[in-house]
Amino acid sequence: MKNDYIRNTLESQFFTKHNPKILPIIRKATVGIAGAGGLGSNVAVSLARAGIGKLIIADFDKIEPSNLNRQQYFIEQIGMPKVQALKENLMKINPFSKYEIYHSLIMEDNIPDLFGEADIMIEAFDKAGMKKMLIETWIQYFPDKPIIAASGLAGYGKNEIIHTHKFDNIYICGDEESDLTNGISPMAPRVGIVANMQANLVLELLLRDV
Amino acid sequence: MKTITVNGNLIEWQENMTIDIILRIMKYTFKMLVIKVNGELIKKEEYGTKNVTVNSEVKIIHLISGG
Repeated sequence: MKNDYIRNTLESQFFTKHNPKILPIIRKATVGIAGAGGLGSNVAVSLARAGIGKLIIADFDKIEPSNLNRQQYFIEQIGMPKVQALKENLMKINPFSKYEIYHSLIMEDNIPDLFGEADIMIEAFDKAGMKKMLIETWIQYFPDKPIIAASGLAGYGKNEIIHTHKFDNIYICGDEESDLTNGISPMAPRVGIVANMQANLVLELLLRDV
Repeated sequence: MKTITVNGNLIEWQENMTIDIILRIMKYTFKMLVIKVNGELIKKEEYGTKNVTVNSEVKIIHLISGG
């Protein structure tokens, strides 16, 4: 009983900075996140702090030391499935939301089952082929639900060319030109910016009628 | 002039215009693309065969690795 009281008090305090008009919409929302790497882990942390009611996160990978340059994990979590470590970290930030995790490979066949409940889908893969597969599958099954993808975020700098590009219900965040060639790999600031643009757009779309 | 729009740009339409021809005209070289013509998804197998009609609205999304 005492613990319930402490939890409820903490929960209401967690949300005191939220506009009461938008809070019920955010708490009711479900967002799907495909991939828990540089994009996905950053989107998840941002949306958990924002108070999204439920996140559905799927990823096949385990944490490697080279992930720590940009992904929201810690040294002691190396070797763990990313989704398991991410849930652990999200629960430490905001235990008042729900996190449904799947340690599985995302394929055309399982996308509707894994993410069908989501109001908005976030594409957070590394490989371009997987990005294409997810977007094409999503718009065929759920043409009316937005999908927010990322394209062009490798390297550093060039703040001025990062943007959001809308194609019907598909939104692309990134610069749409920076490729992974010549040893240019994703780095924390630019991946973080693009991931937070995706998260920011989730809020904009959820709250567009407020 | 008969035209189509590609990502908002007006370009001249030609007979038997396919997605492959449009990609050449636009000098789009990225390999992973999501393409919609008048809201309809065009699969990769159709890039060389599907005719794009006059006044079509073509949307081409470049997908680049990294994340």
